[in-house]
Amino acid sequence: MNPFSSGTRLRDMIRAIRACKTAAEERAVIRKECAAIRAAISEDDQEYRHRNLAKLMFIHMLGYPTHFGQMECLKLIASPGFPEKRIGYLGLMLLLDERQEVLMLVTNSIKQDLNHTNQYIVGLALCALGNICSAEMARDLAPEVERLLQFRDPNVRKKAALCTIRIIKKVPDLAENFITPAVALLKEKHHGVLLTGVQLCTDLSKVSTEALEYFKKKSIDGLVKVLRDLANSPYSPEYDISGITDPFLHIRLLKFLRVLGQGDVDASDTMNDILAQVATKTEANKNAGNAILYECVATIMSIEDNGGLRVLAVNILGRFLSSRDNNIRYVALNMLMKAITLDSQAVQRHRATILECVKDSDASIRKRALELVYLLVNENNVKSLTKELIDYLEVSDQEFKGDLTAKICSIVEKFSPEKRWYIDQMLKVLSEAGNCVKDDVWHALIVVITNAPNLHGYTVRSLYKAVQTAGEQETLIRVAVWCIGEYGDLLISNAGVLDVENPITVTEADAVDVVEAALGRYSSDLTTRAMCLIALLKLSSRFPSCSKRINDIVRHHKGSFVLELQQRAIEFNSIIEKHQKIRSALVERMPVLDEATFSGRRAGSVPAAVSTSQGDPPKIPNGVAKPTSAPLVDLLDLSSDDIAAPASSGGDFLQDLLGVDVSPVSSQGTNQTQKSGTDVLLDLLSIGTPPAQSSSSALDILSSSQDNKSSVDVLGKLAPSPSAQASTPVGNSSVMDLLGGFGTSQSVPVTNGPAFPAIVAFESSSLKVTFSFSKEPASPQTTLIEAQFMNKSPDVYSNFIFQAAVPKFLQLHLDPASSNTLPASGNGSISQKLRVSNSQHGKKSLVMRVRINYKVNDKDVLEEGQISNFPRDL
Amino acid sequence: MGIRFVLMVNKQGQTRLAQYYEYLNLEERRTLEGEIVRKCLARTEQQCSFVEHRNYKVVYRRYASLFFLVGVDNEENELAILEFIHLLVETMDRHFGNVCELDIMFHLEKAHFMLEEMVMNGCIVETSKSNILSPIQLMDKAS
Repeated sequence: MNPFSSGTRLRDMIRAIRACKTAAEERAVIRKECAAIRAAISEDDQEYRHRNLAKLMFIHMLGYPTHFGQMECLKLIASPGFPEKRIGYLGLMLLLDERQEVLMLVTNSIKQDLNHTNQYIVGLALCALGNICSAEMARDLAPEVERLLQFRDPNVRKKAALCTIRIIKKVPDLAENFITPAVALLKEKHHGVLLTGVQLCTDLSKVSTEALEYFKKKSIDGLVKVLRDLANSPYSPEYDISGITDPFLHIRLLKFLRVLGQGDVDASDTMNDILAQVATKTEANKNAGNAILYECVATIMSIEDNGGLRVLAVNILGRFLSSRDNNIRYVALNMLMKAITLDSQAVQRHRATILECVKDSDASIRKRALELVYLLVNENNVKSLTKELIDYLEVSDQEFKGDLTAKICSIVEKFSPEKRWYIDQMLKVLSEAGNCVKDDVWHALIVVITNAPNLHGYTVRSLYKAVQTAGEQETLIRVAVWCIGEYGDLLISNAGVLDVENPITVTEADAVDVVEAALGRYSSDLTTRAMCLIALLKLSSRFPSCSKRINDIVRHHKGSFVLELQQRAIEFNSIIEKHQKIRSALVERMPVLDEATFSGRRAGSVPAAVSTSQGDPPKIPNGVAKPTSAPLVDLLDLSSDDIAAPASSGGDFLQDLLGVDVSPVSSQGTNQTQKSGTDVLLDLLSIGTPPAQSSSSALDILSSSQDNKSSVDVLGKLAPSPSAQASTPVGNSSVMDLLGGFGTSQSVPVTNGPAFPAIVAFESSSLKVTFSFSKEPASPQTTLIEAQFMNKSPDVYSNFIFQAAVPKFLQLHLDPASSNTLPASGNGSISQKLRVSNSQHGKKSLVMRVRINYKVNDKDVLEEGQISNFPRDL
Repeated sequence: MGIRFVLMVNKQGQTRLAQYYEYLNLEERRTLEGEIVRKCLARTEQQCSFVEHRNYKVVYRRYASLFFLVGVDNEENELAILEFIHLLVETMDRHFGNVCELDIMFHLEKAHFMLEEMVMNGCIVETSKSNILSPIQLMDKAS
């Protein structure tokens, strides 16, 4: 006898576990027990197998691994006695981890038990089969189960019916074998068999249209009769629940009728009377009755139209909605969601009540109600509903604000009748819950603002006022700072005052105060601060009287520990001090942002949206050689538009943030820089989140007249403090050169890691694909590829999709393409960025297989090819 | 398949019985149970008995110190599940006589047997208490 296995009884083990005060103690007890059980298993201890398995089940429930017990289950199942089998099957269902080998081993035992003379053992095997059966087992054991559907004992028949459901779901082909035996079950009197039989028929109708047609023809009358008998049945103690006989069976029958009545006028007609009877006669003062009514309403809503019944159903929902019981209100809201597609008028009638539910104290009800309100909004009621929701936003729970804000923003964007209303509502939301607003929402707001030139003055004044009262909402501050930077002059001059406005007097100093306060706010994050600096730069030109003060603020940040801010401050300081001549041109107003492009990008760039919605942009510690300077490239992108345009095919219209066309600095570097096109507005607002693709290029441009030093050197020159900068005139002058901007840097190739020549990756008679490459110095194994697609045929290509595959040692990431339409005859191109990481860098070069799909004259075209002419060492 | 899982959890959030009708590995079960229990325990008596979590709808009901939680899909009738929980508790009451947490802990396999007679593959099999309990009583007599 094994010294361990004789140890504790189940009861004692449970007591020991309960006595544990800490998780560590509990783990220790469990470890000891598991060791004992494992020892017992290896000794093949028969006597305590039963008890050990019971222990394992308990251990499993507590969340500890118990896979080693699976084989014990099989042994118990194979043993002759009922109690052993009972616990063995239970263990099998609980401990099983989808390992097919175990299932295969158990198939034979189950088969024997299905043919056992003892009906209880047959029941056990059926139950296990119904819970765990795999497709293979289903095929093997279907004949046995089919036979058992006609077994003499009803308790076996009901289990066989549910087992059949599992089988036909795993192997739908088997469904037709079961139609006839399933119909037979509908004529039974035993409630358990009826309940499962109806369920089986419902599932058969879902997997097989043949079965559905058959039931529609043969069974509807019978079912209606069963339901009627049930509804009118006298008191039966065994199935009675608060005065109703077997509500579960009621509900199953109603569900099945729903399936049969859907899209079938005749079938719907047959069941009209009984549905009306159930809807009117069922007692609604107990939960069981309400459950039946609820199901009945669902069925009435789904079957073919019958005006009278619908009215009845909507009335029931109205009654539910005004109930004091929260459960009932919840299901009413749930059902109204489904009803709204059928009869939105009827649901609109309850609008006021539903709005009240949005303000309920119960989170589940609020959530349902909010979703419902969202569906209720249309052009006519958008104004009043939005007002209600925004009013509620002021008093709502903190944790609900996120959901609520998202829905309000979505409603406002979708149904806004006019721009001013849109801007007004968004400002209210930003003032109330600006911290909950997602990035893409305020980006969209800025796009709308730039597109409403007659509202610029109004908007900037409203924002100015809003910031005074709600100065702790991050996104509100961002939008306000941006607008003050752009339209600060309108704020001061009170230009374009609308008749609804109260005139306010703001001095230039007041405007700068707001931006300075935002910059100095303790909780402002990097994005906000960087935006503040840009706004200040812009104001320095718009408000000559404050220029000195602004310069002081900017200079103060030259010593910032955050690289991004430091760099900006140094650049802006030099613009203010040394480049008066070009400054006003440099900080002109942003060109109007194209709404269509923005919304297209927003929809298309899912990965970008994900990366932007993750809250704070990464903090960038000083001196780390991975600064996100891509935006700065955009910011100071001095290359003329016609160079930039082909590189990005017009998508990055914002890269030219400062709107300059200074000189033809045809720096290759900028073109290779891979405009990190994650998001228009991120480019514009120029911070953080876009992936740090061209880490050193901006710095390289700044040092462009220098020999090719590493970016760290440049950082060294630019970094520490004004005095350091003064003492290193080399670095300083390079900035000047660039901003002075004439010629000197023209022919200097920019270092951007080792340079690789662009290749023609793929060419056919109709299409040409070129790849240009660049690398991040920090990660030599990653290559950034910009693919350009050119159409050589005279027809436009639409639905253009480029796909690529790489071998295992490479990793490929595709950004969204700039467009999916390729203009004819080379009049434009599509660009798409790829990022390839080579895990065998230096050993193997890149290879790629590509496939290009597009439509030309409504015909699908597929082109495929392999690219193996990549430059070596990528 | 309507019912995805049945859980019994005490006031401290310890699981006392767990039965899943779809496969989740141990780690997923533990996190799921933790999240759901936290959500449900935080609610008050007056609030409704339904909580939406991930893609489940959890219908729960509290009996003294024990919470019964049933996870269902979107098609299921929530009120009926509420009634089902009550039926389950009544059935256990009939067997154990005023069931409590300890009854379930020390007779875990019996609680499972009862549940097995009531739910199979996520569907309700039987709603008559005597039908549910008869095989269990037979087994008790035999042993």
